[in-house]
Amino acid sequence: MSEETPISRRLKSVRHIIIVCSGKGGVGKSSVSTQLALSLHALSSRPRIGILDIDLTGPSIPRMLGLDGHGVHQSSDGWVPVYADAQQGSDPRLACMSVGFLLKKKSDSVVWRGPKKNAMIRQFLSDVRWGELDYLIIDTPPGTSDEHLSLLEHLAPVHSKLSAVIVTTPQAIALLDAIKCLSFTRAVKLPVLGLIENMSGYVCPCCGEISNMFSTKGGEEMARREGLTFLGALPVDTELVTLLDAAEPSSAGGPDEAIDIKAFDILKRYQETSSAKLFRSVADRVVAGIAHVEQGSAVAGV
Amino acid sequence: MLDLDLFPSNAPDHCPGTESELAGKADACQGCPNQQTCATSTPKGPDPALPFIRERIRSVKHKIIVLSGKGGVGKSTFTAQLGWAFAADDHVQTGIMDVDICGPSIPTIFGIASEQVHSSSTGWSPVYVQDNLGVMSVGFMLPSSRDAVMWRGPKKNGLISQFLKDVDWGDLDYLVIDTPPGTSDEHLSIVQYLKESGIDGAVLVTTPQEVALQDVRKEIDFCRKVGLPILGLVENMSGFVCPGCKTESQIFKPSTGGAERLAKETGVELLGKVPLDPRIGKSADYGVSFLDEYPDSPASIAYLNIIDSESVLHGSGALTMPLLTFVTGIKYILDDSR
Ligand SMILES: Nc1ncnc2c1ncn2[C@@H]1O[C@H](COP(=O)(O)OP(=O)(O)O)[C@@H](O)[C@H]1O
Ligand SMILES: Nc1ncnc2c1ncn2[C@@H]1O[C@H](COP(=O)(O)OP(=O)(O)O)[C@@H](O)[C@H]1O
Ligand code: SF4
Ligand SMILES: [Mg+2]
Ligand SMILES: [Mg+2]
Repeated sequence: MSEETPISRRLKSVRHIIIVCSGKGGVGKSSVSTQLALSLHALSSRPRIGILDIDLTGPSIPRMLGLDGHGVHQSSDGWVPVYADAQQGSDPRLACMSVGFLLKKKSDSVVWRGPKKNAMIRQFLSDVRWGELDYLIIDTPPGTSDEHLSLLEHLAPVHSKLSAVIVTTPQAIALLDAIKCLSFTRAVKLPVLGLIENMSGYVCPCCGEISNMFSTKGGEEMARREGLTFLGALPVDTELVTLLDAAEPSSAGGPDEAIDIKAFDILKRYQETSSAKLFRSVADRVVAGIAHVEQGSAVAGV
Repeated sequence: MLDLDLFPSNAPDHCPGTESELAGKADACQGCPNQQTCATSTPKGPDPALPFIRERIRSVKHKIIVLSGKGGVGKSTFTAQLGWAFAADDHVQTGIMDVDICGPSIPTIFGIASEQVHSSSTGWSPVYVQDNLGVMSVGFMLPSSRDAVMWRGPKKNGLISQFLKDVDWGDLDYLVIDTPPGTSDEHLSIVQYLKESGIDGAVLVTTPQEVALQDVRKEIDFCRKVGLPILGLVENMSGFVCPGCKTESQIFKPSTGGAERLAKETGVELLGKVPLDPRIGKSADYGVSFLDEYPDSPASIAYLNIIDSESVLHGSGALTMPLLTFVTGIKYILDDSR
C-alpha cells in the first residue's frame, strides 16, 4: 500500500470513487453525474452518495441539484458538504461539494491558473467531511489538463477505488475528444467502467419522428471498437434540460426550508422523466462494472 | 473563508490580476495596498516573448476571440463560420488560431485534420484551407489524433505564445481565435499576450438554457475583469424545426429568459440567434462549410446576419460588401462549377 496522506486518510470511509469524464465540453458530464447520483440514491440498498464537482471555472452541480445559493460550513472536522436530500429525514445521504458553494456571487468568475486549481482540488479531497460513502462521484471539466492531472495525482494513494465513466455525444467531433479522454485514462491506468452516448436522437413531441439531431450510434460504435462496455444511449430529453435548469429555489436566498422542499422535489421529479427509466439500467451496469473492476484488481493483487 | 480572488476587493479597477505577470507592476498597481505582496509573489517578469509577439502581430488588423464559459455551445463551429464568411472575399486574408489545446476541433471542422504543420525560415506555416484562410492548431502537431494532450497550464501557455510569435501569419485582415471553455490559463494568456497589440473584442457564444447561461455570466465577468471588450452575444441551438412536421420545439428551453434576458441584464448586445440544425453538426463532422452547402437555410442566414453586424466587423474597411452578398456569390460559384 502507498503511504498515508491527508487525502487517503479522509477517503478511507469512501468505498468507490467514480470519475465522470469526456474530452469535450457540453456533452453531459454534469448531467450524467447528477443522474447517476439520483439513480444510485433511489436504489433499495439506500447507498450513501457524494458528488464532488471539480469543474472549478464552470460548476454546474449546484444548479442541477437545485442547491444554488447554498453555502458550505466549516466544522471542527472540515468542510460540511451540502446535502441535496436534507429534508428527507434525519439521515441525508446525498452530499455535494462544488466551488459554486464558495462564491460570494454566482456570476463571479473563477479566474485561476493551474497551481491554484491544484490547491483547490487538494483541499476538496482532503478537507470535506464526507463521512461514510458508498459512492463518491466526481464531475470533471472538459479536457485532460490541470484538474485531471491533479485529481489523479492526489488520488494515487486510493487508486484501487477509482474507476471512470466516459460520456460522449454521437458527433465525430465529440468522439474525437472522447478518444483522447480514453487515451488519458489508459495513460494514468484508470479503469473505465464504460461509455455513455448522450443526446442520441430526438423524438419530436409533435409528430413522433426521430431526428438524428446530433446523429446516433457513434458512441456505441466507439465502445465496440475500443473494447469498452457500452453503458447505454440517452436520447435528447427536453424535460431533463428544464429539470436540471429550473431546479432552483424560487426565492433564491430565501429561508432554508423553502430551498429544501424544492430540492426534495428534484429527486421525485427526476424519477418521472423518461431519462430516469433509461438511466436505471446505466446505473445497474455501473454498479456491476465496479464489482468487476475491483474483483480484477483484487486478483491482480493491486 | 477562501481567497477566491484573482482581483482582491481592495484592488483598484484596472488590477491586472494577482496571478498576472504584471501583478504588482502594472500602472494600476501604484498605490494598491497589495502591491508589495503581488510584486514579490510573482517572480516572473514580463514574458520575454511579448516583444516578438508584438512584432509578429503588427501585421494583423483585427483580432476576434470566440469565448464561452460553457463547452459544447458551438464556439468552434461559430469560429469556422466566421472564417469561411470572411474568406469568401478574395481580398480578405483570415487566420484561425485554435487555442483549445486539449480538445482541438478546428482541424476537423475545416476538413484538414490530416495535415501537418511545416516550418520554414520565417516560422511555422499555417495550414491553408484556401489561399486566404490559414489555420493553426495543436491538432496539426500530434503524432496521432488519438493522443491526449496531457499538459498543465505553463506548457499550454508556451504553445499559445509560440502560435503568436512563431507562426508566419503574414498580413491578416482578421485573426479569429477559438478557445476552450472556462476562464483559465488559455484565456488569461491569450489576453495577456495580445493586450498590447489590441484585441477588437470577444464574441460570446451560449445556448438558451440556464446551465449554459450561468457560465456565460462568469465569462462576461472575466471579460470585464481583464478589460476585454465584448462584441456581443450569440445564442446558438435556439429552437429546432422538426424535419418531419416542421413544428419548432425548444430543445434547450430558455427557462430563465435565454440570451435575450442575459443581454438585457448585462448590457451586452445580442448579435443574433442560430437555430439547431442537424446539418451543422454533419457539415462540421465532414469538414465542409455549412454556409456554402446550405446558404439558404435559416441557420446560414442567422450566422451571416451576426457576422455582418457592425460589432463583429468593427468598422472594418476591409469588408465593403455585406456578407450576405458573399454567400450568394459562393452559391453562384458552386452552381457554376457543376
Ligand atoms: N440527454 C439529454 N438531453 C437533452 N439535454 C441534455 C441531455 N444531457 C444533458 N443535457 C443538457 O445539455 C447541457 C450540457 O450538459 P452538461 O451536463 O452541463 O455537460 P458538461 O458537464 O459535459 O459540460 C445541459 O444544459 C444539460 O441539461
Ligand atoms: N446550431 C447548431 N445546430 C446543430 N448542431 C450544432 C450547432 N452548433 C454547433 N453544433 C454542433 O454541436 C457540437 C458542439 O459544437 P462546437 O462548435 O464543437 O462547440 P464548442 O467549441 O463550444 O465546444 C458540434 O458537434 C457541432 O457540430
Ligand atoms: S498590486 Fe496590482 S495586481 Fe496586486 S492586487 Fe493590487 S492592482 Fe491587483
Ligand atoms: Mg459540466
Ligand atoms: Mg471547441
